[in-house]
Amino acid sequence: MADLKAPASGHDKLMIGQSATGIYVAHAILILGILIVAFPIYYTFVASTHTLQTILRPPLPLLPGPEFWNNYSQALSGGVNRIGGVGVDTLLVNTTVMALGIAIGKIVISILSAYAIVFFRFPLRMTFFWIIFITLMLPVEVRILPTYKVMVDLGLIDTYAGLIVPLIASATATLLFRQFFMTIPGELVEAARVDGAGPWRFFFDILLPLSRTNIAALFVILFIYGWTQYLWPLLVTNSNSMNTIVIALRKMISFADADTQWHLVMVTAMLAIVPPILVVVAMQRWFVKGLVESEK
Amino acid sequence: MATVDLNDVRKVYAGGVEAVKGVSIAIPDKALCVLVGPSGCGKSTLLRMIAGLETISSGTISIDGKVVNEIGPTDRDIAMVFQNYALYPHMSVYDNMAYGLRNRRTPKPEIDSRVRATARTLELEQLLDRKPRQLSGGQRQRVAMGRAIVRNPKVFLFDEPLSNLDAKLRGQMRVEIKNLQRNLGVTSVYVTHDQLEAMTLADMLVVMNAGLIEQIGAPMDVYEKPASTFVAAFIGAPPMNLLALARETDGTATVMGGARIEGSIPQHAAIVGLRPEDALVSTPQSPQKGALSLPVTVEAVEPVGMESFLHCAINGERIVVRVPGRSMVQPGDTLEIAAGLDRLHFFDKDGKRV
Repeated sequence: MADLKAPASGHDKLMIGQSATGIYVAHAILILGILIVAFPIYYTFVASTHTLQTILRPPLPLLPGPEFWNNYSQALSGGVNRIGGVGVDTLLVNTTVMALGIAIGKIVISILSAYAIVFFRFPLRMTFFWIIFITLMLPVEVRILPTYKVMVDLGLIDTYAGLIVPLIASATATLLFRQFFMTIPGELVEAARVDGAGPWRFFFDILLPLSRTNIAALFVILFIYGWTQYLWPLLVTNSNSMNTIVIALRKMISFADADTQWHLVMVTAMLAIVPPILVVVAMQRWFVKGLVESEK
Repeated sequence: MATVDLNDVRKVYAGGVEAVKGVSIAIPDKALCVLVGPSGCGKSTLLRMIAGLETISSGTISIDGKVVNEIGPTDRDIAMVFQNYALYPHMSVYDNMAYGLRNRRTPKPEIDSRVRATARTLELEQLLDRKPRQLSGGQRQRVAMGRAIVRNPKVFLFDEPLSNLDAKLRGQMRVEIKNLQRNLGVTSVYVTHDQLEAMTLADMLVVMNAGLIEQIGAPMDVYEKPASTFVAAFIGAPPMNLLALARETDGTATVMGGARIEGSIPQHAAIVGLRPEDALVSTPQSPQKGALSLPVTVEAVEPVGMESFLHCAINGERIVVRVPGRSMVQPGDTLEIAAGLDRLHFFDKDGKRV
């Protein structure tokens, strides 16, 4: 059969109406875009492999320097005096706990409330729905003082609960799940009822597996949302040992320029990027599926 | 193995719409009862009330002599085949069939043997590991049936299960459903809007219209003695010709602007019905005589293969006549149509058979 195949040519891969020039132009634009987006990250990486002296003496070289191991081991184990001797590892653990707590908490709460709103008929159902919807219009920044007061009264300052709980409710995620649940055909719900599945069984056996890709996509988005939180962790943590990595980064550079350990700041910045990248890579397949999938 | 009894069942929706207006049906054990009617006639609502998916506004539904009004669908011991199959998209064919049994805590070995036995009956053995999206429409239909059969319920409920299949497959599945139902001997209620499906499947045919039963009976009885003009027009394709009956001063009756009907006619008859196949075309070679004879003009000829339908007109009224085989008649020809008195159906002015 192989000899019957048409000779392979580059044109095979062209879509109808596409010219070769078009492809080159498209690639040029893509590559340019990638360069613009990736260059600051690359430059941060370069800076993280040089000594402080090199960084402070412009221009900064465009190639990585020899101090990779020194800088990274110093940041990971030695700690930085400026932020109270807390190692990057503690900061990473804190941030991971917070980001995971926010992402998982938001998903659990919003999937359950969307489940209630879509599949159950109870008094004031739509009222509850609108109340959830209205909270969309009140971002954390607007309610930050009362929330802070509540956290102080509850003694949740400098705790993981204090970091996570105020950010855990999500109207957006609830709405997303609601929209998805509304596309599930009524017949499927009825078939499950006839098959003897109660509300919990239906939720775990049918709804949850069907929501898999949506959950994955939402998890990635919410994890990064939690990871990059700035204002709330800044307020609710006093002790350096409860800092998240974003806060620590800011604390490291809040002094006179000459004193700032720029090489360590750059290492910390690089390390701060790694976990979100890992999450995106691990969830990538499902994440993309969740964003584009409509097949049911 | 159960009877299903509906006693003056009503369904009133929250908005005040009355979908089912007092329906009583007694379905004997092992029978296949077909509910047929146009869309919106309440047949699906009725089926869903039997399933327990809709509440019953008043009246009672009993399965095997036990009133089930307050019992949920899970505990009614029914199985339902849905119009769009409603297969669980993330489960394999095997799991789709096993799901109901697992929820009922059937022992694993028994689930396995029942699923495999059912798959064998439905020729699904090769597909047990596939997901629904990897199956064709007909295969999905079989899985939906398998999911019902494997449970071995007292009653099967079918909600227009063949309406998503192409015509050829629908014909095959119709025969298969009929055979399966007969072999399993499970009492079944089948909803359809397709009168052909209804005629061929039913042991007991229930024709519904606007929330009420028009007629219950064996399919051929319904066909031969429609209880109303609605049934007459709904069952049979093309439908029965219904002609207004005019009373002349001398007591005789005429149709279509003057054609007399010979013989005695029921007193209150206001409409006369004639099935297309009961109208005979009179030719000089084989003159036909009957109680009714109409000189008509042919407007259109529809050859469908083994028969042809002649659309004829007289004085502005239309009548369809079936003739066997290929017809030599051309549009524009004039014909003489005849029908015997025993072939005429008479209805009063409200459409009831007299």
